[in-house]
Parts: sequence; C-alpha cells; structure tokens
Amino acid sequence: MIRILKYVALDILKTKIVIAYTIMLALLSWSAFSLEDNAAKGLVTVLNIVLLTVPLVSVLFATIYVYNSTEFIELLLSHPVKRSMIWKALFTGLSVSMTVAYIVGIGIPLLIFTDLATALIMIVSGSLLSVIFVAIAFLASILTRDKAKGIGISIMLWLYFALLFDGLVLFLFFQFSDYPIEKPIVILSALSPVDLCRILMLLRLDVSAMMGYTGAIFQHFFGNNWGLLLSFSLLTLWVVVPFYFSLRKFNKRDL
Amino acid sequence: MLLYAGTSRLWASTRYAGKGQPYPTIKAALTACRNGDTVIVTKGIYREGNLIIDKPICFSGAGMPVLDGELKYEILSVKSSDVTIKGFQLQHSGRAVMSDPGAIKVYDAKNVLIEDNVLIDNYFGVYLQYSTHCTVKNNVITASQKEEHESGNGIHCWKGDSLQIIGNRIAGHRDGIYFEFVTHSVIWRNISHHNLRYGLHFMFSNDDAYITNYFKNNGAGVAVMFTKRVTMINNTFEENWGDAAYGVLFKELTDCYLSGNKFLRNTTGIFFDGSNRITIEHNIFRANGWGMRMQANCMDNVIRENNFIGNTFDVTTNGSLTLNHFSENYWDKYQGYDLDKDKTGDVPFHPLSLYAVIVEKNPPAMLLYQSFMVNLLDKSEKIMPSLTPENFVDNTPRMIPYKL
Repeated sequence: MIRILKYVALDILKTKIVIAYTIMLALLSWSAFSLEDNAAKGLVTVLNIVLLTVPLVSVLFATIYVYNSTEFIELLLSHPVKRSMIWKALFTGLSVSMTVAYIVGIGIPLLIFTDLATALIMIVSGSLLSVIFVAIAFLASILTRDKAKGIGISIMLWLYFALLFDGLVLFLFFQFSDYPIEKPIVILSALSPVDLCRILMLLRLDVSAMMGYTGAIFQHFFGNNWGLLLSFSLLTLWVVVPFYFSLRKFNKRDL
Repeated sequence: MLLYAGTSRLWASTRYAGKGQPYPTIKAALTACRNGDTVIVTKGIYREGNLIIDKPICFSGAGMPVLDGELKYEILSVKSSDVTIKGFQLQHSGRAVMSDPGAIKVYDAKNVLIEDNVLIDNYFGVYLQYSTHCTVKNNVITASQKEEHESGNGIHCWKGDSLQIIGNRIAGHRDGIYFEFVTHSVIWRNISHHNLRYGLHFMFSNDDAYITNYFKNNGAGVAVMFTKRVTMINNTFEENWGDAAYGVLFKELTDCYLSGNKFLRNTTGIFFDGSNRITIEHNIFRANGWGMRMQANCMDNVIRENNFIGNTFDVTTNGSLTLNHFSENYWDKYQGYDLDKDKTGDVPFHPLSLYAVIVEKNPPAMLLYQSFMVNLLDKSEKIMPSLTPENFVDNTPRMIPYKL
C-alpha cells in the first residue's frame, strides 16, 4: 500500500494543480486577514472561502483524478495486489494532498491571525471537509463509468451541499415557523457537512447569544467538549460512509 | 434664621466615639450629640445593631471603622436632614424582603451627603427614600449574592428629587443603580459592572441626566423605562452579552437625548420599544450583535451622525412601517460611492438587511448566518429592495467614520 501511495502522491504532485490550489488558498486567506480591519471579520471571509471553494476543488479534482487513473488502476489490478488496497491508497493519497494543501494554504495564516482554539477548530473542520468531499467524489466516480456523468454528479452534490441545502433549511424555517423546530433543525443540520462546519465556527464567533433559543440549544449541543467531539465524529462519519459504499462497489465491479 | 444658624455654629462641637474615647459606643455618642455636631468614630469593628441618626450631624469615620450589621440589622438609618456620612466600612446588613434593610437608608430627608464609604456584602447598599437634594459620592459598593431575589440594589432611590449620584463603583448587586420616581437628578462618573440584573434601572424618573458612566457585563445591561426627558451623554455600555441582555433597553421612553455614548460588544446595543422622539447622535455602535433593534411601535426618533462599525446587524425592526429618521450616519457596510467628494455617499443606504428581517421574524434562522445562500439573498435585496421597508433608509450616509 505504501508503494502505491507513493506513486499516487508523486503523480498528484506532478500535475501541479494541488500546488496551485495551495498558493491560491494562501493568497485568499492572507489577503482576507490583512485587508479586513479586524481578525473576526477576516475570519468570516476565510470561513466563506473555506465553505465554498474547499469542497468544490476537492470534489472536482478527486473525481477527475479517479477517472484519469482508470488505466493505472487496471494496470495495478494485473499485479498481485489486494483490490481494496488500491482504492484505499488512491483515496489516502488524494485526501492527504488536499489536506496538506489546505493546512499550508489556510492553516498557517489562521494560526498567526486568530487565537489557537479557533484556528485549530477551523483547521480540523476544514481538513475534514476536504476529505469528506474526496470521499463523495470517490462515490460519484464509482457510480458511473461515464466521465461526464460522474463529474456532473460531483458538481450536483457540491451544489446541493454548498447552496441548495441552506435554501431548503430556510424554506423549512418559514414553513414550520409556528412550531418548535429548533431540535429537528439541529439534527437536520448534521445532514450537511458544510453546515456542520459552519455552525461549529459560528459558535466560536460568539453569535450564539443572538440565536435565542436555538443558540442555547446549539451551545448546549455543540458548545461543550462532548458536543465538539460529537460533531467531529459526525464529520468523520461523512468520510467513512461514502467511502465505504464506494469501496464495496469497487470491490464488486467488473473492470 | 441667620441668628439661629450663627448660634448653632457656635455651639457645635466634635465628639469622639470608640475604644478609649469619651464615648465608648457609637450609640452613646449619637444620643449625646446635638444639632450640628461632628461625631468621629475611631478605627475598630462595631457591632451595635441599628444606628439611627435623627439630628443634623456630621458622622465621620477616622481610619475606616467597620460597622457590621451581622446579617440582621439595617446598619445606618438616617431620619434627619443635613447629615453627612463619611469614611465608614459598612458590611453585612440584614436581609429582609418586607422592610428592605440597607447599609445606609435615608428616610424623608434633605441635603444628606454620603461620601467615601466602602459597602461590602449588604442587602441594599444606599437606599434613599422620599429624599431630596442628597449626594451619594465616591462610595465603593460590592455584594456577592448569586440569585436576584436574594439581593438588593447598590444605590436605590425611590421618590426623590435633585439627587446626585457621583463617582461610585457598584458590583454584584441586583441592580447597580435603581431610580424610581426620581426627578431632576444626575448620575455621573459611576462604574456599575457585574450586577445580577441591570447596571442602571430607571423607572418613572423624568428630567434626569446620566453622564460619563461605565456599565459593563451586567446581567441584562441597562434599562430606562416609562420616563420622559432623560439625557444620556458619554456613557459606555460594554459586553452585555446574552439572550435577554441589552446595552440599553428603552421602553416607553419619550423626548430623550443621547450623545457620545459607546455601545461595545453587546448582544443588542439599543432596544427600542414604544419609544418616541428620541435624538441619538454622535454615538458609536461597535461589534454588537444588533446595533439597534427598533420595534415598529417607535416613531419620530432621529438617528444621525453615529458610527456603526462591525455589528452583525446594524439595525433591525419587526414591522414594515417606519416613522423614524436616519441621516448622516457612518455605516461600515455601505458600499456606495462619493463622486462629488462631499464625504456623503451619493446613493442611499438601506441599513436593514433582508436577513435581519428574516431573523427578526424567525430567530432560529440565525443558524444560517454566513451561509452562502443567505449572503446571496442579502446582496440581491440590497440592489432591489422588495421585502425590506423602502423608507428604512439613510439618504445621506457618511463615507468616512466620525472621530468620536
């Protein structure tokens, strides 16, 4: 597995896209922090970048990469290697490179400009977000052999999580505003990794007091250490579940 | 009258109370003294129950003597006009809900001066009842109760006129300063922080002014209610953070004037409810959740030449009717331009964002704060307002912040 991982990592480095991605993230976050007059505002800008671009780049790059390495996978399969090992190595290689790009690009300015706890939460949740969307990409690319279709599915999923989901939540708020919907909404928000990350950061930004009853529930739910642990395990679940299904499909697939 | 004043001055004498002094107990000195005398209490701890001052005297402590109420008694009861109380440490007054004992309680008196005392762990600190022309100055008042109902107010004024509350520091009481039916009074240079309920609580108190006070981290901020003609100048309201905490809560307030105040890091800077004809100018609203929340039942308020910087929402309201006037404010969210370089933006600014309206109607929607969808909706609403009230607008927004 280590050797496959090495080949994958080298290959990803050779495309130089990940390096460009790192530089782009670094440029965005450094400029956000140095242009805004206070760190909190800079943090909000960076949060928006993270929630929008990180999933998009992760999901697109990973999907296209998997399709492009079909021949490489077939080549490896002719060798005495376990099937699942190939898929896992591919996944690990992509996840690691996306995460490293994120930590180098955004983690460093975060550590410099904000307090340690906020920076760490943001780094961990952003890294998880990268890995989650790589996992989603793996699922999307294994669902269909058609490259265009696969990329289409990836983009649809990204659109759904990054944009549509919030619209749906807002719609639900309006439809059920006469009912005590706080608790269902808390559960609902766990159904989108992007929203989960955003809410974790919101609690750090101390706007929870403005959320009234919902804020109290959220603070109660996610604010303490157990809540933090719970939300991070939920995020981990978002990595494990899509990847597990893609792995199962890959193992059974006739290549 | 002159003759009387002259004679009483002639007869006045100084009496010392305390260990090894002519009067071993304070009670004895208070009984013996005559109008216009000075009673000086020397250093020591005195547990003499309730002390009643019923003559116009100067009651003064040398070396901070301690008067202890043993959690049973009202410590000092002032039942005469023209009394001065100075230089004592008063601690552990009685606790009773019916009689409201205080460390110093003034009953129906005029010209009482309470100065340079330290009050520790009392039920009520200084209690002025039916009193006029009294001054409470440079006292340090602290308490440490945990529950609102177990605690009294730091400085409590009930039915009074022409009072001066100056330079006190109050912490840990229910309300820092409490005014009810008090008129023509001034609250100046006080620091009120970490009180359980309000830093300053104002009810039915017309024609007062509070100037250069500092209110920080009180349970629910400051409340000014059912009052006319209050002047609020140069105060700081800071870090009143919580669901029901406000920098200032205005309820049924009319004809007031605010200037030079700072609202920093509060959940809500100012909450307006049924308040009319208030002028708000030259204030700073910085890093609040809501700069102002103005209920639709407010009218003819003028908000001009203020700085709104770094608030999550600058202004919000709960209705579509707007009868208030915004002009010449600096809004850091303003994205307009100034072609003629007169420091005033050329396009009007709508301080009410769509999302603020949504949150006002539907508080849980705060959950979607900073979500891309919401930002998008806000942007399009800014360009073409359809849901937010058209006349909720600052037609002359400033391009650069005021130096305040």
